[in-house]
Amino acid sequence: MSVSTATFAANQPFPMLTIIVVLPALGALVVALVANRRTETARQIAILTTVATAAFAAFVLVAFHGDDTGFQFVTRQTWIDDLGISWALGVDGISLFLVVMTAIIFPISLLAAKPGHDDKAYYAWILILQSGCMGVFLALDLFVFFVFFELVLVPMYFLIGKWGHGDRIHAAMKFFLYTMFGSAFMLVGILATVLLNAKGTGGAITFDLVELAQNQAIATETARWLFLSFAIAFAVKVPMFPVHTWLPDAHTEAPTAGSVILAAVMLKLGTYGFIRFGLFLFPEAAVYFAPLFLTLGVVGIIYGAIVATVQRDLKRLVAYSSIAHLGFIILGIFALNTQGIEGGILQMVNHGVSTGALFILVGWIYERRHTRQIAELKGLQKVAPIFAAAFTLVMLSSIGVPGLNGFVGEFLVLIGAFASARWWAVVAAAGVILAAVYLLWAYQRVFHGTPDDDNADFPELRWHEGLVLLPLIGLIVFMGVYPKPVIERIEPAVVALIDHMEAEVPGFAENGGPTAPEGVELRDVRADDGHATDEEADH
Amino acid sequence: MIAAGLSNLGVLAQIAEFTPLDTPEVQWAALLPLLILAGGGVVLLTVSSLVKAMAAPGVNAAATVLVGLASIIACVPVWQRVQDPERGPFTAVGGVIGIDGFSILATGLIAASVILAALLLDDYLRREDIDGVEMYALLLLSASGGVIMASANDLIVMFLGLEALSIAIYVMAAMHRRRIESQEAGFKYFIVGAFSSAFFLYGIAMVYGATGSTNLVEIATFLANNLLLRNGVLMLGMALLLVGFGFKVSAVPFQGWTPDVYQGAPTPVTAFMASAVKVAAFAGLIRVFYLALGTYSLDWKPAIYALAVLSMIIGATFAVVQTDVKRMMAYSSISHAGFVLVAVQAGTEKGVTAAIFYLTSYVFMVAGSFGVISLVGRRGDAAHSLDDYRGLSRSRPGLALAFTVFLLAQAGVPLTSGFVAKFNVIAAAVDARSFWLALIAMLASVIAAVLYLKIIVAMYLTGDDAEADDSVAGPKVSIPLPAAAAIGIAIVATLAIGVLPGYLFEVAGDAVPVLIALP
Repeated sequence: MSVSTATFAANQPFPMLTIIVVLPALGALVVALVANRRTETARQIAILTTVATAAFAAFVLVAFHGDDTGFQFVTRQTWIDDLGISWALGVDGISLFLVVMTAIIFPISLLAAKPGHDDKAYYAWILILQSGCMGVFLALDLFVFFVFFELVLVPMYFLIGKWGHGDRIHAAMKFFLYTMFGSAFMLVGILATVLLNAKGTGGAITFDLVELAQNQAIATETARWLFLSFAIAFAVKVPMFPVHTWLPDAHTEAPTAGSVILAAVMLKLGTYGFIRFGLFLFPEAAVYFAPLFLTLGVVGIIYGAIVATVQRDLKRLVAYSSIAHLGFIILGIFALNTQGIEGGILQMVNHGVSTGALFILVGWIYERRHTRQIAELKGLQKVAPIFAAAFTLVMLSSIGVPGLNGFVGEFLVLIGAFASARWWAVVAAAGVILAAVYLLWAYQRVFHGTPDDDNADFPELRWHEGLVLLPLIGLIVFMGVYPKPVIERIEPAVVALIDHMEAEVPGFAENGGPTAPEGVELRDVRADDGHATDEEADH
Repeated sequence: MIAAGLSNLGVLAQIAEFTPLDTPEVQWAALLPLLILAGGGVVLLTVSSLVKAMAAPGVNAAATVLVGLASIIACVPVWQRVQDPERGPFTAVGGVIGIDGFSILATGLIAASVILAALLLDDYLRREDIDGVEMYALLLLSASGGVIMASANDLIVMFLGLEALSIAIYVMAAMHRRRIESQEAGFKYFIVGAFSSAFFLYGIAMVYGATGSTNLVEIATFLANNLLLRNGVLMLGMALLLVGFGFKVSAVPFQGWTPDVYQGAPTPVTAFMASAVKVAAFAGLIRVFYLALGTYSLDWKPAIYALAVLSMIIGATFAVVQTDVKRMMAYSSISHAGFVLVAVQAGTEKGVTAAIFYLTSYVFMVAGSFGVISLVGRRGDAAHSLDDYRGLSRSRPGLALAFTVFLLAQAGVPLTSGFVAKFNVIAAAVDARSFWLALIAMLASVIAAVLYLKIIVAMYLTGDDAEADDSVAGPKVSIPLPAAAAIGIAIVATLAIGVLPGYLFEVAGDAVPVLIALP
């Protein structure tokens, strides 16, 4: 246990993280009490709640000790005593920016679109969803983690099923069942991990993540199976290549806010799970299975890109681009070195911001034109130049153009992957080119040319829409130009994770991964990055 | 036996010097919860037929609720006595009734089912024009049978409890005189029940033949001290007992009657069947197999393993393809029985605790579910197809929300009791190293989730497109106060257990049954 209750009480008398998790749910309760017809009041309460949550998250960001490798703001309350379950929350460099991103995305997705009908329930579900997502990112207890991991299904199920488009019920059902199928394995895995750990150490049952990770009391062979049981749940949630089929449906049929949250936040639950629970709990198994996941990641990159190219529906295209982007994140994570994982985490945030913005823009196109078919859109640049400019910027960030955020993350991922898994990195680099192909081609078809009659009166970006987009565009540029403050805060936690893996896995050294090329030195790359000194200080 | 003893007292007194009377010691205080239920039923029936005022609407139901409450309150001192480390569990009536945490908790649960069923019955019986005291009296008598079954320390007494429980329910199932389905349900249940009783009785005979006793303690002692070289008779006895219990808990392949009976019986009676009967039957099963036949667990575990797998998968799969909500819930109850069997199969204290936890949670989930179904069924108790739930979220948002909570709980969504219950069962299975069974259970619960989602879809996600605002108005369901109270109690229990499971976990841990020999 890295931080005891006593030090917690001394350092942080205010249960900041508990508030971040519980506040949106309380907001949902208040929204539920509002009279049915007062939709504006419900909307205001919902936005206010998410903004307040964002303020708390901002406080955590500011007060976060950048050079601390452990968990901060730790809260620990006994929940079910007999089972060793406690309400344990904490934040470290790995989860910090995911929490901040979640806090930013929710108010923006609320501002970006209105539900159209049954407003009250819509806002209540979104707020509950935020509680769930925050809970997943902050949980330090396997039980708490699983509770939130499962809980997020319900609000998203209703959001897609009730406020979605087209074949929404089918999409919602598919989403729910796929994810539940994955978690079925994880629950058995969690319980087996916990009980076998107790048998291995001879101690009491505990669901505490840090304790379980440090004990490593489970036989190697068994741990591999357990890793796989977690991995299935995460792979479905990410989603990774063979189990991805729920994603295009869910993303396409969901309402705009649902798509934004799904892409920006909920897909990260899986990738985050891989880092926090896969690599941390089962370092040996993660090393053992790395080639498998690297391969699936690369297949996802190429597959997502190719399928995105041939989509006729703009939203579906963005959805498939997510599969490619998440392939990159997986590649970075299973590169199993500092740059790879750092890049993966950075890319999680970047993808959230960029794809979130893309879904918002696509949502507005649909709102204006009532179609998302690329063939029916034409020449929008002529009639709505500012809209087109915003779209261009976001799209370029998604492609990974230098100077924008996407580049930094992708670059780090590729460096990391090149160091430990050269051939996978080579193939993945092709994905960067493919991303340019499908996005630019789509852009060309939608925005270039002379608008026909249907598109001639496409309304320009309204000022309030611009305000909604502004924070995201600001982040896209900021993180592209000056990513240092972000990377600095991520790094200590990632270095600690790699150290943990090196200590626990015999024969594993950073960059000595599955196909370690001789002579590629981590330090060389790091020196170029300009903060080798920070890293030295940590050791 | 006791009554006979009393009437003969005069004669016996004369010859007392020659043959001292050996009447079993009766712990009246410990039997109070049972006596209140049984006596309440008889008194209610008598008073109601004599006093006109009792015919006023709601009086019988209120009386039944009070009897149930009194029984629960009477449980409290007995529970405290049993949990007192200096006194501990004990037997009543000459060792045939075992009073331990397990029997008291089961009594409480059955009494709670009585209360919920009575609250649901009140308006139902008037709605269907079959109001009268009989249903309530039968409800209480059936419950007392269940209590006897759950606290039996002797196979013969358990059989008596089983019969008292069942015979009352046969009548209750057929109580809706004008509905042919109700008649059919009662008759079917009677035939199948009689059949299963025969199996059960034959099983008792075999076990008696093999061990020389029907007392659970003596059976356990005999099996622990003697190595049976040829144990065919015992095996046959165990198998027959398992078949008997299998029918009562509706485990596959003995589930055939369940869908028809659950569908045909008056819905509040179905609620009682799904809650109290399951509790009583599982209590009996756990007592016999975990306690008395514990030394032979290697022999019965595989059989329960098979029953569990079949029940979970077939229950869930068949539930998904139904279109009648009552039938869906019937199949889902089969699947839930499979889950409890997973816990029993572990054969450990953890497993039994998980089973108790599961049953406790399930009583409220299922009674609440059937409570909602009973209301949506409306007059005639016939509107049970999925289509009848279309747009319920519009016409009755509160009721739809309540049903959603029960369904999500049954699906095992976190922060509901169903999740913690499943969690405990899986933990027990994993702890007993039945990894595959745990995985099958989880996958079966994914299949079952389809069914719960289908109902939720019908309530929420159809008939209210943004495009078509003149949507389906939804069924006009009236919600009488007592039924609302029953559903409210069930909701509170479901959520409270889900959010703060620690308390129930402790209680369930204290309620693991023990063998209690005569002092």
